[in-house]
Amino acid sequence: MALKNERDFAFKSLLLGVLLTLGLMGVSQQSKAEYADVVINNYADAAGMRPAVFPHWFHRIRFRCKVCHADLGFKFKAGGNKITMAKIIDGQFCGACHNGEVAWSVENCAMCHSGIPGTPTHFHGSTLQRLVAPAYKPLDAKKASKK
Amino acid sequence: MNHKNKMMMLLSSAALAIFAVLQAGQVVAAGAAGADKPLMLAEVSAANIFNRNLKKQKNPNAPPWEDGIHDTTNEATFNLQPPLEAYKGLPKTSFGNHVDWVKALDQGLIKPRWDRLDSNEEPFVMDLDIVRPVKASVPDVVFPHRQHTEWLFCSNCHPAIFIPQKGANQINMSAILLGKKCGVCHGKVSFPIETKTCKKCHSKPKPADWKPPLSEATLKNPWK
Ligand code: HEC
Ligand code: HEC
Ligand code: HEC
Ligand code: HEC
Ligand code: HEC
Ligand code: HEC
Repeated sequence: MALKNERDFAFKSLLLGVLLTLGLMGVSQQSKAEYADVVINNYADAAGMRPAVFPHWFHRIRFRCKVCHADLGFKFKAGGNKITMAKIIDGQFCGACHNGEVAWSVENCAMCHSGIPGTPTHFHGSTLQRLVAPAYKPLDAKKASKK
Repeated sequence: MNHKNKMMMLLSSAALAIFAVLQAGQVVAAGAAGADKPLMLAEVSAANIFNRNLKKQKNPNAPPWEDGIHDTTNEATFNLQPPLEAYKGLPKTSFGNHVDWVKALDQGLIKPRWDRLDSNEEPFVMDLDIVRPVKASVPDVVFPHRQHTEWLFCSNCHPAIFIPQKGANQINMSAILLGKKCGVCHGKVSFPIETKTCKKCHSKPKPADWKPPLSEATLKNPWK
């Protein structure tokens, strides 16, 4: 079945091309986002929402790290807090402030859910990403090749 | 194999053949057009890029709608604040957020709350420097509790990241670069680990008579 192989090959090279383009776009995007921006996307994509983007720079002008990472119990791990909307409307995590009292309320969905769909959970501009062999790229490639 | 399938195969093989011919045609055409010019480009490896592995930061502090992680089809993206607007008047650095957060706080230019609700609550600041001698030639490390306890609570570091006892923790650069120990925060939110920041941590110069210890392989080298 040479023909099938050929078609397979054409399809695979197309796929490879698309993946490479996406990969290159990914690399160039990495270096532009503000240092310490966190994309949180454990569940959002699957529920048809854009991923949430948390800007550290914006919040640290208003709060010390202690407020979130000691008092409110945010663990030092992107995606490690298993944040859901149920918890947020019960006043946990982002909901401790985004409740219409300390900061604007939760109905402003698109202010938090502003990430490009499909962006994985990660930390922007981290030293690990800047290493010549970044840690999260191969993980990504593995995920892509499984599809 | 049924008739339909065979037809499909024939059709697609025909399409592939046409495609191949077209491609060949293009190559020939390109060759013909460039007949009077020397053909060089294709013979040189495209891999010889100067600074092959250098990652340059383009457009630092880009506004959300240009930063590559925010969706520009989302209208609210344009309601977000561009970092540079907020950083106006804050002391600058050339790494991380390009803001010197320690100075900004010390000079009272920003007043982040220590309590979620009470803007008058003061942090519990402890001024205790821990010196960590380094075997390598770089200056020794000084860990300052003051700048840290301005932002963080003791429980943010003790005991999960560091046992609160001088010298009780094994720390090295590989761990830090991989996001452990000091690297839990530095390289993520606090200033990153790069050439321009080495001396922020490695801040205590070595004694004038200090020499790097010779490695055993050198001491025992039979060819010396
Ligand atoms: C203060 C910020 C914030 C606001 C406002 C907000 N969200 Fe979320 N939302 C989050 C975060 C953070 C997550 C966790 C994302 C993840 O891990 O995928 C999340 C998760 C979700 C999820 C997936 C998890 C789940 O709970 O099912 C959905 C769906 C969602 N949000 C919808 C909404 C809608 C609809 C609104 C507006 C009514 C809204 N969000 C407003 C921050 C916010
Ligand atoms: C307004 C709340 C808030 C403040 C203030 C805040 N953070 Fe965070 N931090 C977060 C959130 C949210 C995350 C992501 C957690 C998640 O994805 O579940 C995070 C994640 C982190 C991480 C995890 C990085 C990783 O390895 O994945 C570190 C480290 C961190 N923050 C350090 C700091 C430091 C240092 C400060 C003070 C300068 C600070 N944060 C201030 C909310 C905050
Ligand atoms: C300790 C309180 C606190 C927590 C926790 C918190 N925020 Fe906020 N956030 C604020 C305040 C205060 C503002 C400023 C509101 C304003 O401008 O009126 C803000 C603003 C924002 C903005 C808008 C920034 C801009 O450019 O105007 C975003 C996006 C946001 N928060 C996302 C989040 C997400 C996502 C979480 C949870 C992961 C979260 N916040 C948790 C206090 C908090
Ligand atoms: C940013 C992380 C961090 C924070 C926050 C922090 N420490 Fe430490 N602490 C350290 C490190 C690192 C050491 C040195 C450990 C070593 O040398 O192995 C240390 C050492 C100590 C020691 C041992 C000193 C000695 O001479 O043996 C004590 C006591 C201590 N810390 C108390 C505190 C208290 C109290 C607070 C809160 C006010 C605090 N620390 C906040 C990181 C931190
Ligand atoms: C829990 C988070 C955390 C850990 C762990 C941590 N730091 Fe920091 N560090 C900070 C924050 C926040 C600042 C404030 C400046 C900033 O954000 O860039 C800071 C500032 C500093 C400064 C002061 C720079 C100045 O301009 O005065 C030094 C030096 C420093 N850290 C060294 C260390 C060393 C060495 C370690 C490991 C032994 C360490 N830090 C571990 C969060 C941390
Ligand atoms: C966040 C603080 C911090 C920064 C920034 C930093 N270092 Fe270190 N470095 C340390 C600590 C802590 C140790 C361990 C000291 C010890 O042995 O107790 C260390 C150890 C070292 C060592 C000894 C070998 C080893 O791995 O233990 C070398 C060499 C070194 N650093 C080089 C550098 C260079 C080069 C840079 C700049 C790219 C740098 N460091 C930036 C904190 C830092």
